Order: sequence, then C-alpha cells, then structure tokens
Amino acid sequence: MDLAIDCQGLVKRFGTYTAVQGVTFQLPPGAIMGFVGPNGAGKTTIIRMLCGVLVPTEGQATVLGYDVLTQPEEIKQRIGYMSQKFSLYDDLTVSENLDFYAGVYGLRGKMARAEKLRVIELIGLGERTPQLVSSLSGGWKQRVALACALLHNPQLLILDEPTAGVDPVSRRIFWDLIHLLSKEGMTVLVSTHYMDEAATCDYLGFVFYGRLIAVGSPEDMKKREGKDNLDDLFIYYVEHEASDDPRNLMIKKGGRG
Amino acid sequence: MSRFSWTRFIAVLKKEFIHIRRDRASLIMAVAMPIGMLLLFGYAVNTDVEHLPAVVWDQSQTADSRDFITSVRNTQYLNPDNFVQGYTQIENYLDSGKARAALIIPPDFGKNLQGGKQANVQVLVDGSDPTVARAVMSAFQMLGLDKSLQLQSERLVAMGTVAGMSTPLNIETRVWYNPDMKSKVFNIPALIGLILQNVIAMLTSFAIVREKERGTMEQLIVTPIRSLELLLGKLLPFVFIGFVSLILILATGIFWFGVVPIGSIPLLVLLSTIFLFTILAIGLLISSVAKTQLQAMQMTFILILPSILLSGFIFPRETMPKLLVIMGGLLPLTYFLEIVRGIFLKGVGIEYLWQDTLTLCAFAVVLLAIAAKKFKKNLD
Repeated sequence: MDLAIDCQGLVKRFGTYTAVQGVTFQLPPGAIMGFVGPNGAGKTTIIRMLCGVLVPTEGQATVLGYDVLTQPEEIKQRIGYMSQKFSLYDDLTVSENLDFYAGVYGLRGKMARAEKLRVIELIGLGERTPQLVSSLSGGWKQRVALACALLHNPQLLILDEPTAGVDPVSRRIFWDLIHLLSKEGMTVLVSTHYMDEAATCDYLGFVFYGRLIAVGSPEDMKKREGKDNLDDLFIYYVEHEASDDPRNLMIKKGGRG
Repeated sequence: MSRFSWTRFIAVLKKEFIHIRRDRASLIMAVAMPIGMLLLFGYAVNTDVEHLPAVVWDQSQTADSRDFITSVRNTQYLNPDNFVQGYTQIENYLDSGKARAALIIPPDFGKNLQGGKQANVQVLVDGSDPTVARAVMSAFQMLGLDKSLQLQSERLVAMGTVAGMSTPLNIETRVWYNPDMKSKVFNIPALIGLILQNVIAMLTSFAIVREKERGTMEQLIVTPIRSLELLLGKLLPFVFIGFVSLILILATGIFWFGVVPIGSIPLLVLLSTIFLFTILAIGLLISSVAKTQLQAMQMTFILILPSILLSGFIFPRETMPKLLVIMGGLLPLTYFLEIVRGIFLKGVGIEYLWQDTLTLCAFAVVLLAIAAKKFKKNLD
C-alpha cells in the first residue's frame, strides 16, 4: 500500500534561522502518528509544510501520493486540518460554520447536507447546531472545529495541538473520536504536549531543535532507551540531545530521578 | 488607603517608556505626525487665494486693454495667462476647471477710455468654490475702484473737469455655476466622496484583517479555496454596501440639503461606482499590509487627513505649493472631487471628465493588482 506521508530531508529556513532541518519519516495509511517536543521545536513548521502552506527550502515530501511542492492544492482538498486556535467564526452558529466550510471544500446541495448530517452525528453536535460559536466552551469549540475538518471526508487528518487548553474530560472524548476515525481507516498526524495522549499513538516522533531525532512505536522507543514511561523518555531526550538547553540545567540542579 | 508609593509609580513609568520605545509605529507617529501635520496645515491651509488660472478674451487689443490685464496680474490673485476668442472657448476653460475666472474686454474698451467715456469689462467667476469666488470678486472690485480713481484724476488733470458723473471703468462681475455662492452647494457633493472613502475603506480593511486576527486565515489557507475566490467573495458584499451608502448619501444631499446635481445622475452613479472600486482596492491593500484591526484603523486615519487637506476638499489646489499639488494628485479623492463637483455644479458631461475618470480607473487597476499580489495564500 502507498504511504500516507513520505518525507525526505525536509528543511525550512526563515532567513538565516533554520526552523526545520532534515526531517525524514514515513507514515503508512490508517495509522496515528504523534509529534512531541518542546515549544518552538518546529512541529508546527513541519506540519505546515506537509499541508502545503509553507514551501520547504530543501528536501521533498509526498502527502497521499501528491508532491507538496507541485501539487499543494490536491493535498489541501484531501486533508483535514485543525489548529489549536479552533479557527471558527465566533459570530456564526455551529451550523453556519459547517455550511461555510462545506462550501469552501466545494460541497453543494444534497451532498453538503448529507455530509453535514454525518459529521453532526459522528461528533455528537446535534443540539448545538443553532448555537453561536462564541457561546460554546473550549471543549465544544474543539469538537466543532474537528467537525469542520471532517466535512469533506479527508483521507488524512492533521491536528496541530488540538487539545491545548481543553479540560481532561473533553480531551478524552476528543481522543476517543480520533481512535474511532483511525479504525475507520483515516490516517492521523497529531502534535501534542500530553504524554498520555502520545502513548495511545501508533507511532511517535520526537522533534527537537528542528530535527526529528527519534521515530517509532511508543513501546519500541521506551524499550530502546530503557525508560518506564514517556515522560522520562522525553526528559532523557532533552538531556541527551540538547545539553545547552537551559531547562536541562534546571533539571540537573533539581536532581530529578 | 496606603500612601502613594514612588517605587510603584516609577515602575509603571519605566514600563510605559519601554512600551513606547518598543512600539516603533507609535514612536514614529509621535515624532513624524506633528511635523508632518504642521507642514501640511501650514502650506495647505492657505485661505489666501493667489495665482488662480484665468482666461482672457481681449477684443480691444489696445495698449489700454493690455495695461488693464497687467494690473489684473499685479493683484496676484489671478494669472491671466490664457488668451482666447469667443464665449465657447471661455466656457470650455471654466467647465473643465482649467480657469477659475474669465476676463472679457469689449472692442470699444480702448476707445471709450481714451474718449473719456465709461469703459466696461465683464468678469465671469467660477462660483463652485465660494471662498475662491468671493476673493476674486473683491479683488476685481478693488481693482475697478482703484483704476477708476486713477483715471478720474488723470482726466481731471487733462481736461480740468470731470466729463460725466459715471465712473470711467465699470467692472461687471457675474458668478457662474453657484450664483448664490452657497458653501453647501460646494461642500455637499465633495462630502459624498470623502464619506464614501472613509467608511468603505475602513470597512473593507477590517474584512481580511479580522480573519488574520481570529486565526481563521490560517485555516482558510489549508483549504482548497483560491485567493481570487476569497478576495472576490470578501469584496462583493462591500461593493453592495458601498452602493447602498452611495445612494443614501446622494439622496440625503439632494432631498435633505436640497443640493441637486445639474448634470446627469446616471453618469454620477456610474463614475461614483468606479470611485467605489478604487476605495475598495485601498481598503484591501490596507488589509493585506495590516496585521491587526487597530493597525488597519490607524492606516485609514492616516489616509483621511491628507484627503481633507490636499484633495481640494476645502482648499483650492491651485494655490498650493507644487509638492503638495503632486501629493494631492496621488489621492483618488482628488479626481473624484473634480468629477462630483463638475456634475453637481457645472452640469458637465463625460467630455470634460474623461481624464479624471481614466485616472480613477488606473488607480483601481493598479491598487487592486498590488493588493492581490500582496495577498498571497500562504504564510511564507
């Protein structure tokens, strides 16, 4: 089977600053891959290059078989994207937001209505549809944003810190949905700061200083470095890979075991 | 209540100075705005009417008539540089705004002056700008009086007696376009342009910046939507809103203030629509440069002041220094004011307005092109 994502040596420079250097990984279809790493490590930049939003300075990548450099519009039509900002229109109702995104993805008439009903049922938005988005809580906004990203039946779902600032219950509900979608065959690429979320992914990628330093299943990675849990693994990587990181000194000074 | 703490006060003071120092835009505004405004106001707010273009039809062609033209020039109010034959040409000059006043010297001017009779001069004044018209008229009154006294004393010396009681030089002034010289007739049409510009430019500039501020732009960029689809979809509602406000302003001007256009209303609406597109393009350009709605608002305000001062909205552009005339020429409003006043006050048609219309079209095309180029659908 073809790979959902095939990344070969992606590099992104902003002026003289190198945000991403030499990222290479492959993701088979139907899998969930989690990106973890400190803030500013380059997770969002990698994701944006894969969405066709940022143009890579070097390297190449195909997403769902399309080249990010030459066929970004093909990719955009086939992926669902959601950022931590829950990019919804506050002054529109849930239903109006869904209608707008359906239109943006080129869905019309019966097709649009059917897809809308499908995602409303899937996400469980039924009673919320006439409500203004501004009146929703963070957890509900997150679900509406996911619904908007699923309207066009994407083959690949890309989520950039979708659970930042959301309460644990909503996070659990959200991740149950992600696993459900994955079981139905959708490929998911997600970045997160929560290790409990990362642990449920099929593959993990650790991103540090613009480099993807380790890829593998959570179990493999723990075994490889001999750690009991992902928290320890995370800290181990920070100590190991970035000895000049000031946070590292703090950890050492604190004598964390 | 605890006592006033100098430490806390100084802390706030320091912090605020740091804010100001870091905020380059405000710093520039604090330094550049006062100087810029003083220069603008100092030069543009010039209620002295000087060196207005004038047209002369000298039918007399005598030393006396040339002498009279020279004394008109010496008043500094008018530059009688254009010489024509016949009323049609004079009308051309006044209709197109190439001249603000016309001087008509009849064939018997020299003969009458030499013969000790009363000589007549006709002056036509473009009354669309009442301030200018009044200044020109009073200048001619003074000139007439002065010349008459001078002639009378010359005649007294020459003949020892004053032949008749009538003044030797009679200047008959007539005001065209706005005979009652009402300022609202001058101001209301121009206000249509100014209001339309300010309201629509601001609304449009908010439209895209809002998406940036909310973060929805990022989401849109990841969707297959094309820049053109997004731009047109965003612009069209404002074309509609702009059209509605145009009609509202026009109706208020006509029915409430009683300022009825002499020229064709369909032409006015058509040319206003072109102006509307230019304004939309400005709004769009602001939108693609600004990062927040506040910035967009500030940019719109920066546009408003020169629009009032330099476009000819209040002060005649002819009396401004060259540099300010050029700066005013960069504002689309300048050309629209020519159009809207031409149609309202002079009742002229496209044959006199095509240049201004073409300039507006050029503005719209160039600004839209720049805005579309600036507005790229990726984050790079």
